[in-house]
Amino acid sequence: MFHIGLAHYLTVAAILFTLGVAGIFLNRRNVITIMMSIELILLAVNLNFVAFSHALGDLVEAVFTMFILTVAAAEAAIGLAIVVVFFRNRGTIAVEEINQMKG
Amino acid sequence: MIQALVFYLFAAIAVASGVMVISARNPVHAVLFLILAFFNAAGLFLLNGAEFLAMVLVVVYVGAVAVLFLFVVMLLDINYLKLREGFLQYLPTGGLIGLILLVELVMVYGGWTLSPEAPLSAATRIPAASAMSNTDALGRLIYTHYIYLFQASGLILLVAMIGAILLTLRKREGVRKQSIYRQNSRTKASSVEIRKVQSGGGI
Repeated sequence: MFHIGLAHYLTVAAILFTLGVAGIFLNRRNVITIMMSIELILLAVNLNFVAFSHALGDLVEAVFTMFILTVAAAEAAIGLAIVVVFFRNRGTIAVEEINQMKG
Repeated sequence: MIQALVFYLFAAIAVASGVMVISARNPVHAVLFLILAFFNAAGLFLLNGAEFLAMVLVVVYVGAVAVLFLFVVMLLDINYLKLREGFLQYLPTGGLIGLILLVELVMVYGGWTLSPEAPLSAATRIPAASAMSNTDALGRLIYTHYIYLFQASGLILLVAMIGAILLTLRKREGVRKQSIYRQNSRTKASSVEIRKVQSGGGI
């Protein structure tokens, strides 16, 4: 209980990951909340990487975490830009309205 | 003992704010809880000895990504309550899928142990904290072995920046803007004209 090991961090990361996945299903009408859920998922993955880095004494996982952070930041920027452009053109961001490219 | 208490504190707040992110009624509150979750995750990173990554998490996520979310949420004039209408309807499905995923993850963790030889296979050992700081060690690794990946991630950020600017840039009609180039390239010949004005006639 009072010895904090790898399993504790993995459990926290698993709970955060699950919350992120559940958030995508619960808020499936709101794009912005879905993107926040994706950020939670990426955060859980990063936590896993860092915990393994500490447990194995290996620095490579920390490097990977940095690359994931980079990609997540780029994804958030592009995603929010698309949301803003979509809102400007259609006046809504409800997911079910995003169907113009449906055949 | 203290480490355990700090861990439980950070973990509890991180999980609680994660719950609030996906269930908050007001999206501004959701973003603020996301920031709280990032701060506590940075604390967990610190407990794992990843100081540089913890600071990067605070600077990049809280300082840039979360503020970007906040901007967009406040910028768009949307009735967020209307977007939440199906929340209770989706709760059984989302809860079930989340539960299944959590059970699967717990089963994976429960039936799995770290091999005692695993730490021996580390590609790059973390140097002792007294010998070299975490930032120093990470920098030495990134700028040598992972230099191409590092440059590639810089390119990804560049492309993302150009893409975001291009997507949101718009030319508005009927707006008179100052053009320094046109002002500076005017010559006397092109802008001044001398005319003979007849007295009492006007131009």
